[in-house]
Amino acid sequence: MDVLFNIPILGFILQFLVYLVNVIVNGHITPIILGLATPIALGALCGVLNERSGVVNIGIEGMMLFSAYVAFMVALLVHQAFPAERSSLFGATPALIAGVVAAIAAGVLISLLHAWLSISVRADQIISGTIINITALGLTSYLNRLIKPFDSAGTFQSFKPPAELVNLPGVGWIFEMFTAVGPIAMSVIVLVIIIQILLFRSRWGLRTRAVGEHPKAVDTVGINVIRLRYRNVLLGGVFAGLAGAYLTLEATGSFQNNMTAGRGFIALAAMIFGRWTPVGAFGGALIFMGSQAIGVAIRLAPPAGDLGTFLAGIQQAYPSIYNNFFTGLPYLLTIIVLAGVVGRSIPPAADGKPYEKESST
Amino acid sequence: MRRLRPKSYVGWLVVPALSILLALLVASILIIASGLVGPEKKVNLLLPLVAYRSLLVGSFGSFKGIANMIVAATPLMLTGLAVGVGLKAGLFNIGATGQVLMGGFTAALIGVSVADAPPMVAIPVALLGGMLAGAVAGFIPGFLKAFTGAHEVVTTIMLNAFIQLMVSGLVNDVFRAPGFSFARTAPVGNAILAGAGNTTLHIGVIFAILCIPLTYWLLWRTTVGFEIRAVGANPTAALYAGMKPRRMIILTMSLCGAFAGLAGAIEILRLGYYPAVFGTSIGFDGITVALLGQANPIGIMLSALLLGAMRAGAPLMQIQARVPVEIIDVIQGVILIFLAAEIVVRRIFRLRTARGAGELQTITRTYGEKVVG
Amino acid sequence: MSVAQSPPPRLQMRGITKRYPGVVANNQIDLDVKAGEIHALLGENGAGKTTLMNILFGLARPDEGEILLDGQPVQITDPADAIARGIGMVHQHFMLIPVLTVAENILLGAETMANSIFLDRSEARRRIIELGKRFGFEIDPDARVETLSVGWQQRVEILKALYRQAQILVLDEPTAVLTPQETVEIFAVLRRLAAEGQSIIFISHKLYEVLEIADRITVIRHGEVVGTRQPSQTNEDDLAALMVGREIQLAVERGTSHPAEPILTLENLTVRSDRGQEAVRGVSLTVRAGEILGIAGVAGNGQDELVEAITGLRHSHGGTISLAGENITGWSVRDRREHGLGYVPGDRQKFGLILEFPISDNLVLTRYYNRPFARGIQRVDPAIEKWAQEKIKEFDIRTPSWAVPAGTLSGGNQQKVIVAREFSRDLQLMILDQPTRGLDVGSIEFIHKQAVRKRDAGTGILLVSAELDEILELADRIAVMYRGKIVALMDGRPTANKEEIGLLMATGGRVPAEGSPTEPSGQAGATPDTSVRGETS
Repeated sequence: MDVLFNIPILGFILQFLVYLVNVIVNGHITPIILGLATPIALGALCGVLNERSGVVNIGIEGMMLFSAYVAFMVALLVHQAFPAERSSLFGATPALIAGVVAAIAAGVLISLLHAWLSISVRADQIISGTIINITALGLTSYLNRLIKPFDSAGTFQSFKPPAELVNLPGVGWIFEMFTAVGPIAMSVIVLVIIIQILLFRSRWGLRTRAVGEHPKAVDTVGINVIRLRYRNVLLGGVFAGLAGAYLTLEATGSFQNNMTAGRGFIALAAMIFGRWTPVGAFGGALIFMGSQAIGVAIRLAPPAGDLGTFLAGIQQAYPSIYNNFFTGLPYLLTIIVLAGVVGRSIPPAADGKPYEKESST
Repeated sequence: MRRLRPKSYVGWLVVPALSILLALLVASILIIASGLVGPEKKVNLLLPLVAYRSLLVGSFGSFKGIANMIVAATPLMLTGLAVGVGLKAGLFNIGATGQVLMGGFTAALIGVSVADAPPMVAIPVALLGGMLAGAVAGFIPGFLKAFTGAHEVVTTIMLNAFIQLMVSGLVNDVFRAPGFSFARTAPVGNAILAGAGNTTLHIGVIFAILCIPLTYWLLWRTTVGFEIRAVGANPTAALYAGMKPRRMIILTMSLCGAFAGLAGAIEILRLGYYPAVFGTSIGFDGITVALLGQANPIGIMLSALLLGAMRAGAPLMQIQARVPVEIIDVIQGVILIFLAAEIVVRRIFRLRTARGAGELQTITRTYGEKVVG
Repeated sequence: MSVAQSPPPRLQMRGITKRYPGVVANNQIDLDVKAGEIHALLGENGAGKTTLMNILFGLARPDEGEILLDGQPVQITDPADAIARGIGMVHQHFMLIPVLTVAENILLGAETMANSIFLDRSEARRRIIELGKRFGFEIDPDARVETLSVGWQQRVEILKALYRQAQILVLDEPTAVLTPQETVEIFAVLRRLAAEGQSIIFISHKLYEVLEIADRITVIRHGEVVGTRQPSQTNEDDLAALMVGREIQLAVERGTSHPAEPILTLENLTVRSDRGQEAVRGVSLTVRAGEILGIAGVAGNGQDELVEAITGLRHSHGGTISLAGENITGWSVRDRREHGLGYVPGDRQKFGLILEFPISDNLVLTRYYNRPFARGIQRVDPAIEKWAQEKIKEFDIRTPSWAVPAGTLSGGNQQKVIVAREFSRDLQLMILDQPTRGLDVGSIEFIHKQAVRKRDAGTGILLVSAELDEILELADRIAVMYRGKIVALMDGRPTANKEEIGLLMATGGRVPAEGSPTEPSGQAGATPDTSVRGETS
């Protein structure tokens, strides 16, 4: 094996793979990966609900950003008005919970705008989504400048699983991933599984899938296409709102302008990668954001051997490029995956086409 | 030939104009609210008027003001074209930001190398270099769209972020000029776009303005423009008629990238160097300009002037009315909402719905499909 | 002794009137249908049959008139209401979702539930199989609809209505997409349904079918009922006269063709579909100058891929294509057109026209880059205008001006634009793909005449059509395509035999297995090749 490690490129690849496996299983970074993937997965769930019903939603980014802001401010205001002790459950306070609720409401509200523009007004859906992004960015930047936050309601705390579970050989890292995290991150896998089951086994799921493929057929069996689409888009807003709440109330304790930084779009890529299924999208989220986590790991605990020396060398010579590259890795991966996957991953047939009841002659 | 264009001028001006009006009204509410939260903490119903007045004064109140407005509008015309021409081909180029950065960065580097050449040589060379760099930045998503079907809306945003990070890293690590308190490239010397007289007007303005009639000619008077518009309207029919949609997509995206790259080059050459963190909104503003201008060169020019006026006047508004400049971003967003909901606008003002309304091609159609031919 | 009252007819529509801007779609229409009756609604495209049925099904509301079910007046508000009242509709363009299974399609909107959230799939499966058995066929509820042949998809549509306990079944142009063989089969199903007491309304424009299946025939013309007949009292000519209101030529005078040298030669052509399967398997064919070769076949047997390969829209994977002596395999679309290929595509709105562009642009869509329409890259607008005005006159395209968008034209006029564009050149070969689909009789006549004229001028014409009648009418020679191969080649009328062709279209010359649902035509499978290949003379 050691000999193999010395062959230049192949050696690097092997070293990297060994490092990868090692750092995932033993490095205790799996909770970080889930944490990074959480807003993506939630955003992708929003996307799945929208697009399976036939509505393209590019505005997940804006929905997330706006909800993040609302979550932060509401939590702050409640915290100011009703300061409370942190409970033992995830360190929750009324303020934090209020923030989450407000974020969900905000997500639903913006989804209402998108639903109205896309379904009733029948505007171009990509343009509608982009408008939401632009408006959300402008509005949150404006408000953030106007009202200088002087305090913070803090964040949810991660659960601490028992050490025996975490250190189980071979599988401990799986337990750790889903338990050593905060409440929103923990809810993700549950939500993903629930939506997956409902989508393929329930009446709602059947109707949703149908309306995204062939709304006319759905109409002729007497189901209200418009109402179905509205409901699903609004439901999607719940997940976008939750993603926003995660950013300001679980991941960080503050709001920065444009803090979503493209996550809404990575969520779209995860959704496409996952063939518009919740479980697939979740997998995509893990892969895309895992790359960023690996980057962090490489910087903190560099791999051994020639690979490590090589990387350290680059880091020495080009520190900014090195760091920025790893920060930018999810974006690059998204492009590569999209390029490879579109055409093989087929969206719902009526995706993006507004439905008009025709009066036929 | 006038007759080949079926719509009248007045027709398509109405909705954008009304959208702007409504947006300003909505923004007034926010401005009043800002008075509440600001230092004086009172409800000043006249605050919007104060704000808008200073906005106008800042841009039209003096010759300097008008000059500033034109200078601010110049890159917006170009990024507006960068998005607008794409729309004509059925593409949504929101990657103008990345293309702007590439253009600016390349122009700065070229400027440094030709810093001692006469300005007549240095400036065009640097601008050209910026255009080419922008074209490359546009080519990539265009190629991906044409041959893999990856939708440009996602790939361009990803590229924006990635380009930003990489260029910033390059400036920090490789091209950093010594002796400055922040990370930036060396001065571009003679390639600088200096202001004429004591205004900020510079020669780049002329290049930008020339692009407007050039684009008009290209899109409506040439066979190439016909193909671009055909591919945007119905790529399958275009294919069946013997055109090559893939080629057109790549060509258009590269052209859009060139426009945006030129915009970036102009801004950087005005500045005289490329800072590691180049925060500019012109890429995003280009989207508003293109949509407000209905993807039409004249409309884009007018919208660019409007938005340029707002951006130029905003600092004065922030000083005089204590309203943060970010209100311009909000106004932009609300304008776009009303534009998208033009049916609502028409109903509010009781206008007839135009037949075949909307110059904007639907771009959502190509969301998940692979491009043929 | 009192006279026993006979029960009222199951369905009565009285005085139905429906107006749309500019046209009266239905004008005082009366219709009644008894239980157990197959009642045909006959009329040409645009006569108002579909509007009437949309009103019955709740997709539209009548401006005047009333509907009575079993003697009781009812208001049908929407499809859900219609379904609840026992009215089921099988649309002309199937309302099936390809990626879902048969069961899922049937369940949609009438879901059989295990509890308030989850579907009861096993119960649904059981019911569907049972229903199919009752009417004489075996269906697999878990098959994905996209894998089924058109005939079987139609059965799924019928099952959809029956699952909801429909008592009145409306079928809109049900045989439009079926082979003669499948038509026979579906008629058998309909007779069984009627025997069980179903009322069936059968909408069609095909005279001989209607005479065969219906118990009563109501003819509609321009939105009005012009007569109700029993099949025993009438014949095709009578019905045709009623339908169109004048003596019509049921077939265009084709005359004799004078075929000359071969203009298009396909040798052992192999083309793959999007899915990677071989859609065209070693086809060899010749079209001669001055003749019309018609390709008959059920949609999905490789015709699309064949045409795409000839026009250059799709790569071929084996074999050669020669046009006027040159090997054009691998040439671009434009080069082939320059070499004398004309093409009228099957879907005029998707493939043939840019609806947003003015008519003039559409008329030069294939030649805008040549003189006189352009000099270099600069377009010459006056030349385009002049040409457009000429063509509009020559082809009688009804439009206020050459500058209006093509989307404002009617279907027939849109097709005329395409025909004007393609026919106005000296061509070696013209490919016509479903050239008269959905058009009124007048337009059909016009286009058929143009085709014959072009043939007489020396162009070779390749006609692909799902309407066997059109092929029989126009083609000098007929080839039958089945599963990617040419299984027969023969002379056209009068020697061609419609039943024989229909059988070849459905079976390729082999006897099929009995009632197998997933024997889809058009899917290349590992079947032994016993097909007959005709000789090219």
